[in-house]
This record gives sequence, C-alpha cells and structure tokens, in this order.
Amino acid sequence: MSEPNQIQARAVALISGGLDSMLAARVISDQGIHVEGLNFFTGFCVEGHTHAIRNRDRKRAKRNNALWVAEQLGIKLHIIDVIEEYKEVVINPKHGYGANMNPCLDCKSFMVRKAREWMTAHDFDFIITGEVVGQRPMSQRRSTFPVVQRESGAGDLLLRPLCAKRQPPTLPERQGWVDREALFDFNGRSRRPQIALAATLGIEEYAQPAGGCCFLTDSAYSRKLRDLWQSRGDKHYELDDIMLLKVGRHIRPRPHFKLIIARDSGETHYLQGYRRRFNHLTMTSHSGPLTLLEGEVTAADIELAARIAARFGQGRDAERVVFDAVVDGLTSGLSVQPLAPENVQPEWYL
Amino acid sequence: MSHQVLDARNLLCPLPVIRAQDRVKQLQPGDVLEVRCTDPGALNDIPAWCRINGHDVLQAGEQAEEVVVTLRVGES
Repeated sequence: MSEPNQIQARAVALISGGLDSMLAARVISDQGIHVEGLNFFTGFCVEGHTHAIRNRDRKRAKRNNALWVAEQLGIKLHIIDVIEEYKEVVINPKHGYGANMNPCLDCKSFMVRKAREWMTAHDFDFIITGEVVGQRPMSQRRSTFPVVQRESGAGDLLLRPLCAKRQPPTLPERQGWVDREALFDFNGRSRRPQIALAATLGIEEYAQPAGGCCFLTDSAYSRKLRDLWQSRGDKHYELDDIMLLKVGRHIRPRPHFKLIIARDSGETHYLQGYRRRFNHLTMTSHSGPLTLLEGEVTAADIELAARIAARFGQGRDAERVVFDAVVDGLTSGLSVQPLAPENVQPEWYL
Repeated sequence: MSHQVLDARNLLCPLPVIRAQDRVKQLQPGDVLEVRCTDPGALNDIPAWCRINGHDVLQAGEQAEEVVVTLRVGES
C-alpha cells in the first residue's frame, strides 16, 4: 500500500467533447493529478463528420469538441481508431440495444476496456469518466455501473468523479491519490449540478449539455442501418457503408437495390468520391443531384431509379430528363419521364 | 530531418487527425509532415491537435479545394 500523495498519479480520462467528461477531467486535474484524454472513433460519432458534407453545415463553426475540450483543459488528447473492433459491439451487443440501434452498455464497457488497455500500456494509474448515476436509461444506472467495471476489467481503477460519493471508494481514493471529499454526489437526469459546477470552475463555454454524440441513438439512422443488414441478409458493415448512411436521401423502391440521392451540391461533391465503386446516375439535361445505386440492378431497375432521381432535379416537371447512367463502368445515355409524385411510394423512403 | 507528405484526402474528421497522429508517432522531433486533406474541418482540428500535443504548425491553409497543414514534430 502506498502512502497518500507519495506519487503523482496519472489518470486517463474518456473525453467525449461534452460537459460531463470535461468536468470530470477538470476536477481530477485540479487535484494535481496528471490527466491525459482518450477519444475513441467508432465510425458512428456525430462529431465532425456532417460538418464536411452538407452545404448548410459548411457555414457552422468547424471544431472537434473533444480536441477543443482538451485544449481548454490543457491536457493531451489521443484519438484512437476503434472502427474494426467496435463492429462486434454493434453487431452482437451482449446487453442488447436501447431505443434505437444504440448498444450503450456494451459500448461503455468496450470504451472503458480500451482505456484500461491504454492505461496499462502507457503506465497510467487509473481511469476517469464523466458518468453520472441515473443520467442515462441504459448505461448510467446504479445497477449497470458494476457491470461496466466488471466487463471492462477496470474494476475499482474506474473512478467517476461526478458521482463518486454515491459509489464505494475506488482504489485511487483509498490510496489517497484522489481526495474523495473533493468529489461529487450528482445523480439523476437533471443537468443543473453540472451546469452549476461549470460556473464554479469558470467554464462558460461547452458543447451540448449531454449525449447526442452517436448516430446509433438516432432513429432515422438506425432505420437505415437495419435496412442495410436486412437487404444483405446478414449483419456486417464496412466504414464506407456507415458513412454513406449519414449522407443523402436513401430510397429503396425494390428489395434488391436502393438509391442514395445527394441533397445538395455539398453531398454531390462528397458522393462523387464513391462513383467508381457504385453504379450511378448523373443528370445531364438539367441541374440535379448525383445518385448512387446500391445493389444488383437490371435495365428496368435503372430506368425506375432514373425516373425517381429525376424528381429531385430541376427537370422534375419536364417531359423528359436525360442522365448519364454508369453501370459496371460503362456509360450510356438514358432519357426518362420523371415519376409522378403520387407514384413515389412513402414506404420507399428509409 | 525528413519532410513527408500524408494523403488524408477524402477522409472526414477526425480521421485526418488520427492518420496524422499515427504518422507522427513514426517520426523524429524536428521532422516535418505535410498533411493534405479535403475535409475543411481539418483546418481547425489538426492545428488544435498540434497545440495540445506540442507540435509546431508551420503552415495551415487552403489550396484549390484542399486543406494543407504542415507541422514540425515536437519533442514530447
């Protein structure tokens, strides 16, 4: 057993870019403990991606909130690519999904486990998170806190500074590395304690008060992911698959193929990067979006796709709209009559 | 001292930052890395990552439709 304060302990903090993890890192750092941040990129992170695609988002301030938080706190931040390993969490969550395709409890255990591995590899002493008991219905409940500790392997090296006083003392507290009395007893869904603490610490600017950092909590996104798996007959994905679910209108007029239609020139520009890998339609007679076709298509399918896509360009009321249709690398002209609005079935929209 | 170029085009943030971070791990203090991106978010994110982690930003700007950030690897 070490004597209290004999060492300068080193803590690794999970930094999402939101307020809670910012506060947790700050209160531990204020105790004189060396803190470095970890941020995991799963492929489903809302952070950053859509900024780069849609026209309307290009006008918004572009910053990665995890990096911004780290800079405000004066700590290092390590952004870790966990795309491949994270697939198992999404595809086979031991504890199931939340309201949408969000495997929050498995996700939290996974991230704490990755933090534990990083901690061990870099000779750090313990892990901190911004979790608050009772804050989230799936992953932040009194009954699930021990699950995360057990399944991550972190055990009592996992300290949650914002609600530590409602938990048994962890090793960093028992060893005296951390002053338990200077920690907090927050609980429940109210954000007031965190906002008050931020004010006390002089933190005036922060990102969204809670959550909203994962596309898997979004119902529209989750619907498209389920459709992707259903159409393929099994649950797998590559990074490009899940990136494309964030972009464009997705319309499935037949079970075996769907259209991805850019919603503005920003999305057209982005989807152009995928032209070589997808059959696609480019409108030539009128101004209009690029359309990717996913799935095996027949000549009749391509014509139907073109008639649907024609509805989303300047020629929607024209007699004919002409496309360059690129199928299996070969380009041919295609003239179609735009589909009447009443013939675009609502259930085709994903 | 080496001068390397990292192609991070067609990647969306934070992937350009992650690729830059991974490449810097292989470099020596004083080496120069030029990162070429198409995501405009990289113009903020890579310099922020450099400031946090002790690397010098030599140049950051847009050229044609690309974002180019040139950094010198720090000591830490």
